[in-house]
Amino acid sequence: MQTLLPPVINQALYFVIFGAFIGSQIKNIHGVPYMAFIVPGLVMMAVITSSFANVVSSFFGAKFNRNIEELMVSPTPNWIILAGFTIGGVLRGILVGIIIFIVSAFFTHLEIYNLGIVITFIVLTSILFALAGFINALFATKFDDISIFPTFILTPLTYFGGVFYSIKDLPVFWQNLSRLNPVLYMIDGFRYGFFGASDVNVAVSAAILVGFTITLATIALVLLKKGAGLKT
Amino acid sequence: MNAITIENLTKKYSTGTLALKGVNLQVKKGDFFALLGANGAGKTTIIGILTGLVNKTSGLVKIHEFDLDHDLNRAKQLIGVVPQEFNFNIFEKVEDIVVTQAGYFGVPRQTALKETAHILKALNLWDKRGQPGRALSGGMKRRLMIARALVHRPKLLILDEPTAGVDVELRHEMWNYLSALNKNGTTILLTTHYLEEAEQLCKTVAIIKEGEIVKSGTVKNLVNSLEKQTYVVTVNKLIGQGKIQDFDLKVIDDSTMEVDLGLNQNVTDLVSLLHENGITVKDLKPKGNRLEQLFLNILKTHDTKK
Repeated sequence: MQTLLPPVINQALYFVIFGAFIGSQIKNIHGVPYMAFIVPGLVMMAVITSSFANVVSSFFGAKFNRNIEELMVSPTPNWIILAGFTIGGVLRGILVGIIIFIVSAFFTHLEIYNLGIVITFIVLTSILFALAGFINALFATKFDDISIFPTFILTPLTYFGGVFYSIKDLPVFWQNLSRLNPVLYMIDGFRYGFFGASDVNVAVSAAILVGFTITLATIALVLLKKGAGLKT
Repeated sequence: MNAITIENLTKKYSTGTLALKGVNLQVKKGDFFALLGANGAGKTTIIGILTGLVNKTSGLVKIHEFDLDHDLNRAKQLIGVVPQEFNFNIFEKVEDIVVTQAGYFGVPRQTALKETAHILKALNLWDKRGQPGRALSGGMKRRLMIARALVHRPKLLILDEPTAGVDVELRHEMWNYLSALNKNGTTILLTTHYLEEAEQLCKTVAIIKEGEIVKSGTVKNLVNSLEKQTYVVTVNKLIGQGKIQDFDLKVIDDSTMEVDLGLNQNVTDLVSLLHENGITVKDLKPKGNRLEQLFLNILKTHDTKK
């Protein structure tokens, strides 16, 4: 309950305030009402936060309590350790995403345009941020270190990643700047799975997402092999 | 064949501390080996390297035939480790802690459950199997760590000060358990501050000081090499300070003195001599254990040489 409920309450407040109260004054985007437009972004926002938080807290907790040594002295291969923690983050992220999607049905009606794309983007995004959480936890030496990345990097990137707006409505400079934000491609591709319309080519978004995922997985495995943050 | 082979092992920490300065060490299969040294001597660093918790700077380390640089996971499969500090998940149940560890070593669940039951019973923890780790007493936590280290039946058991803070009765129980384990073929590497523990349990010892092995050999040979041993003698009257024939005497109080016995002197001669001088010996016992004296002598000699 304590891991699944808070993000759901948080996103429900967004639905009420931004969707129902403010959204009713805003014109359609990509031909869909504003309330429906923000649902994929809010789902993705919760998936990103939850998958990251799950891995960073559980891995850092194991480091802090030193029970991570149980794994380190065992012959468990590094890829299994990484896969185990990542799967935990993915499951929590997707579970939270599904619950928020169900809650959104109380506010708006949403049809899925392409289920395959929806699943691909939600799974890849949760893997990516679970991996990011793992790397953050490797380097963290105190509890403050696991909140710096989500607070100062993840949250701004998510808010500027097109959760509440289409980047096509921005001036050209800000559009180009937004394209440097990797979270944009995740939200935009995921939104395409619902509406069949996007700001960026969905294939490009998927390729960027796959590229980032492979890169982070490789970095995490190299760090584990070196024992970064784990071995002295 | 050796259970552990260490050649020219060095470890320099990022802080610049040179913790190990070319350590060479061999532990034979089936041995009960004690690694002795003061705090900060390098014992835990060696254990950390053997178990994959510390990166070595240079040197060769092998567990049985497996070189840690090339066959780390196969080497780890052979090791069970009981660290100095508690490092299990305190919120997990006792049984789960042990079963999960077995899983990390690839033991099938059904086998792990059976093995866990067997070990928890042997270590008197079976009644506590459903309790979280945090609910156990200090001694029980130590036993839990031993159970966890043994669940995959390791060929080499590494114990880093396993009896630290454990009461006398429990310590003796643990000694018996470890002795039986060693007799059944498990090689044991032990670090301890209790030198009587090392003398009682171990066949071989190595003494480490400031990252260097300064002495190693069988316990028997090492204690026999003691040039002198001090005895505490309680008598009915004192004979005076200084020497009586070849024996060095030191008065402690009205009825107690300390006598240093060299390699060629024995207790019978001392008692006879005192008797000839009209002194009755009421009690006679060694001051501290022999390994402790050897340990202190070696460390003192090493300091003098430096």
